[in-house]
Amino acid sequence: MNTATYQPGEHPELPPPVSERGALGWVRAHLLSSPFNIGLTLLSLWFLWWIVPPAIDWFFIDAAYTGADRNACRATAPDGACWAFVGERLQLFTYGFYPAEERWRVNLSFVLLCVALVPVLFDHVPYRKAGLIYAAAFPFIAGWLLIGGFGLTPVPTDKFGGFMLTLVIGVTGIAFSLPIGILLALGRMSKLPIIHVFSVSFIEFIRGVPLITLLFVASTMLNYFLPPGSTFDLLLRVLIMVTLFASGYMAEVIRGGLQAIPSGQSEAADALGLKYWQAMRLIVLPQALRISIPGIVNTFIGLYKDTTLVIIIGLLDPLGIGRASVADTKWAGLSTELYVFVAVFFFVSCFAMSRYSLYLERKLETGHKR
Amino acid sequence: MVTDAAQRHVVSRLWNDKETRSVIVQIITLVCILLLFGYMVRNAVVNLEAIGKGFSFSFLFQPSNYDINQTFIEYTSRSSHIRATVIGIMNTLAVAVCGIVLATVLGFVLGVMRLSKNWLTAKISYCYIEYVRNVPVLVHILMVHGLLVRVLPTPRNALVVGDGVFLSNRGAQVPKPLYEPLFWVVIAVFIVGVIFAWWFRRYARQLQDRTGRALPVFWVSLASVIGAPLVVYFLLGSPITWEVPVLKGFNFAGGYVLRPEFLALWLALSLYTAAFIGEIVRAGILAVDYGQTEASAALGLSRGRTLNLVVIPQALRVIVPPLTSQYLNLTKNSSLAIAIGYMDIVATIGGISLNQTGREMECMIIVLMLYLILSLLISAFMNWYNKRIKLVER
Repeated sequence: MNTATYQPGEHPELPPPVSERGALGWVRAHLLSSPFNIGLTLLSLWFLWWIVPPAIDWFFIDAAYTGADRNACRATAPDGACWAFVGERLQLFTYGFYPAEERWRVNLSFVLLCVALVPVLFDHVPYRKAGLIYAAAFPFIAGWLLIGGFGLTPVPTDKFGGFMLTLVIGVTGIAFSLPIGILLALGRMSKLPIIHVFSVSFIEFIRGVPLITLLFVASTMLNYFLPPGSTFDLLLRVLIMVTLFASGYMAEVIRGGLQAIPSGQSEAADALGLKYWQAMRLIVLPQALRISIPGIVNTFIGLYKDTTLVIIIGLLDPLGIGRASVADTKWAGLSTELYVFVAVFFFVSCFAMSRYSLYLERKLETGHKR
Repeated sequence: MVTDAAQRHVVSRLWNDKETRSVIVQIITLVCILLLFGYMVRNAVVNLEAIGKGFSFSFLFQPSNYDINQTFIEYTSRSSHIRATVIGIMNTLAVAVCGIVLATVLGFVLGVMRLSKNWLTAKISYCYIEYVRNVPVLVHILMVHGLLVRVLPTPRNALVVGDGVFLSNRGAQVPKPLYEPLFWVVIAVFIVGVIFAWWFRRYARQLQDRTGRALPVFWVSLASVIGAPLVVYFLLGSPITWEVPVLKGFNFAGGYVLRPEFLALWLALSLYTAAFIGEIVRAGILAVDYGQTEASAALGLSRGRTLNLVVIPQALRVIVPPLTSQYLNLTKNSSLAIAIGYMDIVATIGGISLNQTGREMECMIIVLMLYLILSLLISAFMNWYNKRIKLVER
């Protein structure tokens, strides 16, 4: 028993009671603070117990990792996933039908893509300016590497497939939709009536129809609008449509950013004697783009996910490759494994993108929020 | 020499004048756009002529020669393409409306769960939202469809969900109501109840404005809209008989059937959109400053009234605009129905009709126009609603 006496105000600070700190305190505060809270905890635990163990069993413990075909899988793992299927078709999932002896070009493009991403994603890298110029040139370099010509064996684009096709469509769409989107947004904000009306109707049209109908337009009727006798590669038509589609959404995101910039900024630029494009390039756009970064990344994620729609017009992205594979008798009926595999792939890449967007938001937070 | 310089002077003067320059730029743009359009139309005309196709919509009135598995109005393969299109529109609308309702409910639940003080509940909601948002909707649709078709039992061993509701890999069988003549009395009571509730609400608001006395609007409305028709329904001796589906051979007969394609699309779209709506709801609730709740507590408002009169109206103002675009997205995403064979607009007129008649141009124009109209209608409605709840600035 502590019998020491203290002067008022000189009592040493005691630690909080055991029940209020450490793991116990945390559990009490976050899980058991009221009868309702206890009920919620029990309900959540029951839900997790219902979902998680069977999922882990199916995914890892009961799964078959090797096997020649579906029946071999089922023999070793009657209730689990059959990952042997994914393992055997991994090459196909990655490269599609790209000729085996030319696959180094795909790998090289991927490495170049990673190199190009570094100066775009992070500011504190050496030679950033040169890196950005290289990044702007990258889509064309990659296009040459993948399609061939000029010294490389040409590869027809209908051999493209798998994750490589996803990346081709995604990166092209991302690279070209941003500049087009900026132009459309500026057009929509423009005071010139004809340019304004044109931009608004283009954006509203694109945003009013589903991507799949535009892809149908690309695959069925776009050829009619081209000069007689010319044929136009299907992949190229799809790329154009996907880019236009994404740029419609991009334009609206950037317009939001433009509207958030007080008009005093462009008036000040006018007063300094800057021309329209100078004012936009040096004053307005840097601020507007900074504000709209989260929206831009969200649009990128949406575009990247939408690349799966190309299977409906017959291009073979991972989903398309997989659906063709599970129609094969050897691996028939493994569609759940396929969908889970594709879902994991997209989850990893999109989750990374959204984390990056959060990191940027925190970094660009200049402190004077309006 | 002199005239040349003078001309250059004129050009530069025109170009350096802001008004004239804007006119010049616009004229150049317009001419470029018109030239491009003209060129494309000319190409189309030449190309169509070369393969001997005209441009006409008369094919719409010819028999379609294909079957549709979910129809709300009478339809056979002898019906016209235009009727098939109408059925496609109805199917799109059906899945969009059902999806919007379910997605909104689930989304609000998810949003509130994410803000829960309970750590486990909040994390479950967070994991669900992150998983669903980062996986393409097409994968969700195919996965749900695959699960429904493969995991659910055959009709013979169908799961019995409730009284006369069966779940099998042929879809959900639900009883079909057969209305007896007296049922119209119940409908009439319901309509009267709605009118009364509307009038009572107005009266209560006027009374509160005048005297400050509040009436229990919610309970009175509930009693008149739901309670009164229910009482009348049972007083009249339940004037609905249910046609319960029964197993005949390999499939069910009687009752309504919700086909697996519809169920899969409906569930997948709702689950997908709900994740986005959950985030919107969370942001909306967080946008209302906690001081508002404290202030209304200081004014002596009860918890329910605080929520009803202070928090929700302000949160809705933040929630409704992005909610609109989610509704639009859901409607547009319903076009992915074609991947699992649900007969919506794209699958009927943009799919089978297009392939059978070879009229790509006409069919695609119809499909694009229909979606544009649909989108415009939804955004017009939501804009109207948004305007109603908007802050009235004085």
